[in-house]
Order: sequence, then C-alpha cells, then structure tokens
Amino acid sequence: MSVASGLPSSPALGDQPDRDRVKGALFRALLLLSLAVGVVTLIALLAQVVLKGGSRLNEALIFHFPSSDPDVAGAQSAIAGTIWVVGLTALICIPIGVGAAIYLEEYADPERWWNRLIELNIQNLAAVPSIVYGILGLGFLVRGFGGLGQVVLAASLTLTLLVLPIVIISAREALRAVPNSIREAALALGATRWQMISRQLLPAAVPGIATGCILALSRAIGEAAPLVLLGGLTFITFNPSGLNSAFTVLPIQIFNWISRPQEEFRVLAAAAIIVLLALLLAMNASAIYLRNRFERKW
Amino acid sequence: MAQENSERTNGIGRASLERGAPAASGPIRLNRRHDHPVAEWRNSEAVFDLNRLTISYDGVPAVRDISLALGARLITAIIGPSGCGKSTLLRSLNRMNDLIPGATVSGEVLYHGQDLYAPGIDPVEVRKRIGMVFQKPNPFPKSVYDNIAFGPRVLGMKGNMDEIVERALRRGALWDEVKDRLPSNAFGMSGGQQQRLCIARCLAVEPDVILMDEPCSALDPVSTARIEDLMFELKERYSIVIVTHNMQQAARVSDRAAFLTVELDEQGKHRTGRVVEYDDTETMFTNPSDERTEAYVTGKVG
Amino acid sequence: MQATDATATPRPVTIRLGATRPRWGERAIAAALCLCALVSVATTVGIVVALAEPSLEFFRSIPIGSFLTGTKWSPLFSPPDFGVLPLISATLVTTACALVVCIPFGLGSAIYLSEYATVSTRKVVKPFLEVLAGIPTVVYGFFALTFVTPLLREVWPGFLGDPPQVFNALSAGLVMGVMILPTVASLSEDALSAVPRSLREGAYALGATKLHVSTRVAVPAALSGIVASFILGISRAVGETMIVLIAAGGTPNLSLNPVEAMQTMTAFIAAAGLGDQPTGSIGYKTIFAVGSTLFIATLAMNIVSIRLVRRFREVYE
Repeated sequence: MSVASGLPSSPALGDQPDRDRVKGALFRALLLLSLAVGVVTLIALLAQVVLKGGSRLNEALIFHFPSSDPDVAGAQSAIAGTIWVVGLTALICIPIGVGAAIYLEEYADPERWWNRLIELNIQNLAAVPSIVYGILGLGFLVRGFGGLGQVVLAASLTLTLLVLPIVIISAREALRAVPNSIREAALALGATRWQMISRQLLPAAVPGIATGCILALSRAIGEAAPLVLLGGLTFITFNPSGLNSAFTVLPIQIFNWISRPQEEFRVLAAAAIIVLLALLLAMNASAIYLRNRFERKW
Repeated sequence: MAQENSERTNGIGRASLERGAPAASGPIRLNRRHDHPVAEWRNSEAVFDLNRLTISYDGVPAVRDISLALGARLITAIIGPSGCGKSTLLRSLNRMNDLIPGATVSGEVLYHGQDLYAPGIDPVEVRKRIGMVFQKPNPFPKSVYDNIAFGPRVLGMKGNMDEIVERALRRGALWDEVKDRLPSNAFGMSGGQQQRLCIARCLAVEPDVILMDEPCSALDPVSTARIEDLMFELKERYSIVIVTHNMQQAARVSDRAAFLTVELDEQGKHRTGRVVEYDDTETMFTNPSDERTEAYVTGKVG
Repeated sequence: MQATDATATPRPVTIRLGATRPRWGERAIAAALCLCALVSVATTVGIVVALAEPSLEFFRSIPIGSFLTGTKWSPLFSPPDFGVLPLISATLVTTACALVVCIPFGLGSAIYLSEYATVSTRKVVKPFLEVLAGIPTVVYGFFALTFVTPLLREVWPGFLGDPPQVFNALSAGLVMGVMILPTVASLSEDALSAVPRSLREGAYALGATKLHVSTRVAVPAALSGIVASFILGISRAVGETMIVLIAAGGTPNLSLNPVEAMQTMTAFIAAAGLGDQPTGSIGYKTIFAVGSTLFIATLAMNIVSIRLVRRFREVYE
C-alpha cells in the first residue's frame, strides 16, 4: 500500500530489499577476500620456502662454513655472527631504551615543547627507512670519525639506533599501564622518585617491557639492508672472535646465496630461511608466552 | 595552640532549630561507637596550623582561605558535599599535591610550627612523618611481608625486619589474620583486609600523623566497622585526619569536624571550597552554628 | 601549649624537614635517564649530519638541477651521468604496485575486522597479520624472485603485452604490498575502533544497512586515521630495500612499465654500498646524495602521517 505524496511503498518488515541484500553480501565477500590475500600469501610463502629448502635442512647447514661449492656450504659463520651482533645490540639497546622511556614517562613534563619534540622525533625515527640507518652507520661508525671499520661493534651500534624507537615506545606503554595508585602509595610512604621507580614501577612493568624488547630484537635479527652497507657481505668463513671482528649475519648470508645463479644456492637460501624463521618463531612465541603468563590485569 | 580559628557565622543556627524546623529532619543523633570524652582537644597541641591556605589547579582555586588548627592525637574529620575540595585539602598536608602538575599553594601549612611549603623543605621527609591511606586500597602487587617491609626498607630503618613487620601488622589489627600467610600475594586479600594492610604499611614507617582519604568508601559495612575500631586504637599514638562524605561515620569516629562547602564564583564557572564551621563533632551535629552546616548534617542538602 | 598525654612516646620537639643531605644520587639518575632520551635526538642529528656533508660536497660538483631532472643514471661509467629520475621513477612504479595491493586489501581487512568480525575471528586473524608483519624482508624478496615472478610469467595473458622479465618491478611491488598490508590494516582498524559506537547506532536506528554504516559512517569518521595509515604505507614502500634489491633489478631504467627491470633509490644505495666505494670518491658520495633524497621524501610523509594521527586522536579520545 502506498501512502500519499509520493513516498515509496514500504516493504513488509523483515523483508530487506533484494538489491540491498545482494550488495551487502557482495561487500562482505570483498572484505573477506581482502583478508584472504594476506593469509593465502603467507601460506604460499611458507610452503614455497619449506618445499624448496626442506631437503637441505641438515647438519651441514648449521655447522659448515660458506663455500663456493654449494654441496658443502653452510651458515655457521652467519649464525654465530647473528648471535654476536644481536646479543650485543640487546645489551646496549635495552638499558638505553628503558632509561629513555622512564625519563619520558616519569620525569619529563609533557607540556614542555622540547619533550613533545623528543616524542615526535622518536615516532619519526620508527618510520625512517632502515637503509638510512645503514648510511648513518657508514658515515659515522665505519668510516668517518668513528673509524671502527666493518666490525661487530659498528653493526650492533647501528642496529641499536634502528630498534631503539621500538623499545622506547613499547616500554612507555608498559609503564603507562601501571596504575597511578601504585606510584602514589610508594611516594606517600616517603620513598624518593627513583626508589618508587626501581622498586615498584619497573618490577610491575617488566612483562610488558620484556615483550617489547623481544619484538625489537626480532626486528633486528631480520634486518639486512643496513648491515649490507656496513660490510656484512664479504665472504666470511669464520665466527666472530670479538667486538672488532668482521662478521656476517644470517639474512645477509641468505641474500648472498639468493644472488648466486646456481639453483643449489637457491635451495641453500631456502633452507637458511627456514632456520631464520624458526628462530623468529621461537622468539615471538616466548613473547606471547610472557605476555599471557605474567601480564597483570590491573 | 588551641585557637578558635574556625570561621563562624553568627547566631542563625540555634534560632532556626527552634523556629519550628520539621521534626523529621531534626539534628542527627550521635551514635558514637565508644564514649570517649572529647574535651581533651583544648589542651593538646596543634599538629597542623593552616593559615589562609589556598590551593589552585592551573590558577583556579580549588579551596580558598582555609585557616584551621588540627589537634594532636585526635581524629579530625573533614566533611562536606562532593566537589568541595576535601581531598585537595587533605593532600596538601603531606605535599601529595606536588605530584599534580599545575597545582600551586599559597598560605601556610605549619606542621609543629614549620611551614611545609617553605623553600628547602624536602617532600620526602615530610611524607615520612605524615602518612596517607587512600580511598581505594592500593597494596603493591607483592607479598604481604614485602608490602609492609617496603617503607622501612626504602627509609633505611634499622632493626630486625621481621619484628618491624610484625609490630606494624599488630598495630594494624591484621597480624592474627595474616601471620601464617605473610608470603602470599596481597592481591588475594579481600577489600577490607587490603585496606587494613595499607594502614599497617603506613604504620610501619612510624609516622606522626595519618591522613585518611575516604578510607571506607569502597568497603562493606563489616570492614568499615573494623577500620573504625582500629582508628580508635590508633588515636592513642597518632594524629588522624579523615576525609569522609559519610556523615554518620564522621559522627561515629571523630572528635572534631571541619565542614567545607562549595561556592560558585561570580561567573558561575568555578567551584571553590571554603570552611564554614569547625567545632567539636558533638556540637557540630547537635547544635551547629551555621545554617549551612545544619542543612548538611540533617540531610536537607547533599 | 604542652602535650598532656603521658602514655604515648614523646615526640622529638625539633623536626628537621629539610633533606638530611642533598639527594645527589637522585639528580644523577635523572640526568642519566635524560641522556638516554637524548640519544634519540642525537640519532636524528647524526642522520642529518651524515647525509648533509657528503651530499653538499656532491652538489658542489653536480648541479642539483641536473641531478633532479636528468634522465640517465650511470655514476660509475665514464663519462658519468647523474640524473636521478630513473631511480625515482623506479621507486614510484614499485610503490604504485605495492599500493594496488596494500590499500584496498589493507582497508578491506580493517573494515572487516572492525565492523564484521566476531571476537573469535579476530583472535585468529590478528596473529596472522602480526606474523606477516614480522617476516624479514629478505624472505619476501626470495618469495618474489622464486615464486611470484615465475608464476606471473606463466599466467601472463597475451593482451597485456610482454610478460614480466626475470627481474621486474611488478613482482617486487606486489610482494611489498603484502608486506605493508598489516601496517595499513592495523592502523586503519585502530582508527575505526576509535569511532564511538553511538555514531554507528544512530545510523542503524535510522534503518541503514551494515554496508551503509561501514562505508558512509565509520570510514568517513575515521578518515584522517585511515589516510595516515596510507601515507605510512607509502613511506614504507618508498623506503624498502631488500625486496626490490633482490627482485626488481640492478640497472637503472627510466620507464613506467612495471614488467621491466629497474633499480630503485634504495636498491642503488645498497648496491653502491656493496661495491665498496673508496671514501670520498664521487661514487661514495652518490650514496649520500640519493640517501638525502630518500630521507627527505620519507620524512615529509612521516610527519604528515604522525600529525594526522594526533589530530584524529584528539577528536575522539
């Protein structure tokens, strides 16, 4: 029944016009397709890597050194180099990042312009291309007045600067999550600011901070571009012996093998990728475990 | 120095009581928990002496021109409707307002004769002597033992820590309940136990004064009663200032009461708290001088 | 007045409320923490200085006009050519290919997660996206070179012209797009979730369908946050190195055809760095000149994106 003055006839309740229903279903399908793109690509990628490299997942991969003969080549120097470089990065980057986060959250007055500038700066640094950090390292640390050369220390310092924003941002969130009542309770008892921070705030925020650090180090493990500029690509057939050693890391070794024309090296690369992904999986799984086991619901 | 610094208006109160105020909203009956004589306050020294204290946030006064003398080893209640600045006033007594950016203080807060806001005064030292218990119990996410021991440890108190913890828990009327589970996490306790834990934690650093900011408002009546009993025991050694929006509680526990009310400024935008009346609790509740006090304690206004 | 109560422990009459000694330890700690925060400032200053000095020297020999408008890039030949347009065009082509993937599918994923998905779906899907975001770029490069390129070459329809070459911008760009998809999706989803429910409920109450509410109410309300995520995605695509280094090619090529091989700005920097240029040589300085161009471009985009997110947060939080 239509009402006067040109109003469209109202459909019976419960009866969505077909046109709308079709459009709605189509839209929903498109959205699901969007999700599918990511999921399918991930599955294809993992399948490709495993299928190609699975055969070469043997002791030789881990215990041999690189060689021009693909049948005997292995990635021991790269694995050792990764442990050295990323381990040192953790030692340098975590204290500085957590310290900066504590300063910004607990000491700095957020109304001052210079503190807001520091915040903007950190957010920007988180988005700077990683190769620019390589240029920074090249200009200041490897050559230039740092003069360290293409060594482990230069690589670790460069990676520290790269992942520092991640540590700072996630540590700040962890500190912010601790309720103010804990701070007030400690201060009201006559604790100084640092006593409150070191004895109550930091211990309460440790799970969140640890998760953030693991994420930052995961990023550092997978980085190749900045280290390419720092000389990680030379043919390294020994494990690093100190901070002043030449080095290579797993992502660069993988790149090295990808660049070779022979198919056997592609297989090697795929196998090394499996090792790298397994390492990352272990780290992320531990971050998730930490988060679920220790994170407090305030 | 027991001075009569309360701001009183003159004469109206009694008259309005006689002039046929409705019987149903008559003066509140004092249902005191114990029969503690109140007259002692006139002879005890003042632990706090507030002179024209004004506390502002970002330039807007939250409380203005407060002049009170708070007595030692008494329970003084600060009462009034919500938003009148009671907590702000309380927090100024141990410099907790320092933690709020934009908070400024003018006037004096004399503690045993020393102005807490004079230059050179260290807020950390102030808080060692003037402790605070908060509205919502806020134990640390640690064991009962570590909660109590935190204060003595950071203050470097000498002595056997086990004894210090036991003494604090006994004074806080919690020892019997927790003596077998000192290592257990404080978060596992009930709300009332947590608040008594917070009180014991405050006692562990051996303060002179205990400030309590609506300590029972988040608790059930049974826990509330236990804490009120505890307050009577604590009064022997400590001076207590309690903020409460529960009039009956003020009537039950306190020896003296200060009634604050909120005033709008000329533009009607900002609310500022002022002291209306400050007297013995008994007088305040049975025979208030100011009609605003009478209206509040008889429940005519919230 | 005297205290009359004799049973309580007598309190000391003199009370010293100044600090017993100046708290040097506290001040030292505050200073040390401030230094930590200043490391980030030093990093930015370091980047600017590291880039500026060699770049300025470079532009003293090569006029910036011919740098930015020249169409031939062969700095190591003799005679060398220093026109950076081929590198910029390659960066633009790969970025465009990436955007074709990450913008529609990233936004679509965000809309689905925010408007349609149940809690359990979200619990399953979000980890997938986090894993996608966490895969090292060298692995993506490998995937582009050894899977995507052969696949495209096989299924390439004839009417589109020549099939992709062994190195081509299209594979690299598409894979880059998938890598960036989680970034766009999660930032857009944050923006959509921040839109208050009341806005949506108002529209539903008027009889709007879910499609309408999602596209005409939620997305426009979250628009500045969504645009910020796009800009951040572009910035990441422009700055990405390993994928294009591995799969897009190493020869500069001024062309807009994505099936051809071409060298982006980032790939050039990496290749030049690999080549171990002597310090101070013109080849060494090209690294910094191109690096400056890259840094300025991404800096501009990052600042716009951060500002947009801040403004968005102010409106809704």
